Amino acid sequence: MRKLRIVLLILCVALPALAISIEVGDGRWQARVPEAARQRQNPMANESSAVAAGAKLFQRNCASCHGKQAEGMAKHPDLHTERVKNATPGELEWLLKNGSLKNGMPSWSRLPEPQRWQLVSFLKSLN
Amino acid sequence: MRASLSRILRTAVFAVSLIFIPSVFAQEGYFITYSHQMEEPGNLEVGLKSVTASPKDGNAFLANAWEFEYGVKAWWTSELYLDSQHTANESSVFTGFRWENRFRPLLREHWINPVLYVEFENINGADKSLLEVVGHDTREEFAERNDRSEKKREAELKLILSGNVKGWNVSENMIAEKNMAGEPWEFGYALGVSRPLALLASARPCVFCRENFSAGAEMYGGLGDRYSFGLHDTSHYLAPVVEWRLSGSTTFKFSPGFGLNDKSEHFLFRFGVSYEIDQIASRLKSH
Repeated sequence: MRKLRIVLLILCVALPALAISIEVGDGRWQARVPEAARQRQNPMANESSAVAAGAKLFQRNCASCHGKQAEGMAKHPDLHTERVKNATPGELEWLLKNGSLKNGMPSWSRLPEPQRWQLVSFLKSLN
Repeated sequence: MRASLSRILRTAVFAVSLIFIPSVFAQEGYFITYSHQMEEPGNLEVGLKSVTASPKDGNAFLANAWEFEYGVKAWWTSELYLDSQHTANESSVFTGFRWENRFRPLLREHWINPVLYVEFENINGADKSLLEVVGHDTREEFAERNDRSEKKREAELKLILSGNVKGWNVSENMIAEKNMAGEPWEFGYALGVSRPLALLASARPCVFCRENFSAGAEMYGGLGDRYSFGLHDTSHYLAPVVEWRLSGSTTFKFSPGFGLNDKSEHFLFRFGVSYEIDQIASRLKSH
């Protein structure tokens, strides 16, 4: 009984510490994007409806943090920036898929890949 | 006088529960199985998961689990459940609480993404919310009359393995649970597969379009305990699940469940609704 309580206490303390320790040493998200992902092209780039669909997805999933106009809110960054403008479509899709968990950006891997590309189309249209 | 007041109060609680059903919602594609999806940091999801059944040898029941899920970090989600149930011809009772924490140790997306799950539950023997099936849980427990005298203070650990590929989510949970009153470790499993009905979003806002629906199935059951590990004297269920995302923050789920052996309840029906409050901490600070 006592051993079990100790094990549970250790787990409750150790698991977050483990996750934090893994974060240490992470650089900027763009530096972590694999080259193959960086070079990927947006298959929705020529779809006329992709920006509108991406805008809808943005309002549904992203606007609560980044603002309705993607202007940024509190700690959540403005997306009308040079970094987003200069990022390749592949880099943006990689960020949406993986998130940047240590910086509070969740993974959007639950969105199907075509929808992530629609979001990329919208993000690129901002700049 | 006190008895009638108590009855009125219980009826009022259930009426309020029913009234509030349309205004709350949820996010995951399953009822039992966990995927590696975490709550977005700063968001609070309020949801209700209900299960109803009519056991052959007992009274029909409706069990409710109110859930409050908060994204502490992008890699850490904490959740509180409040359980209750109503059994026909018996009573309506509050059956306890559960507090769970999920941690995602790997910060990138992989083919298989592990999540570590730790839960403490303080429930009683009348609990019928059936949020997991472990050990030798069988349908006979539904036939027992409501009895809150049995206290269950349990620790539960899960290893969640989950991945998304080509729109499909495939998740597998391994469960170990221990009653701290000296009971042996009990084991269980849950498997889930789901997929949105459309992978592309339409350009216009829509309510009934295919992208707002996902369909899948989950299978879950017990694997015995430390002293009798295996399928003997265990129950198992197969349950299709349909999820409808009404808006960015409201989700409905439905799931008929079918018992796969004579130890399982023949039919369970689950329904759930959840509502997500975005950035609740920022909202509270701004007021």
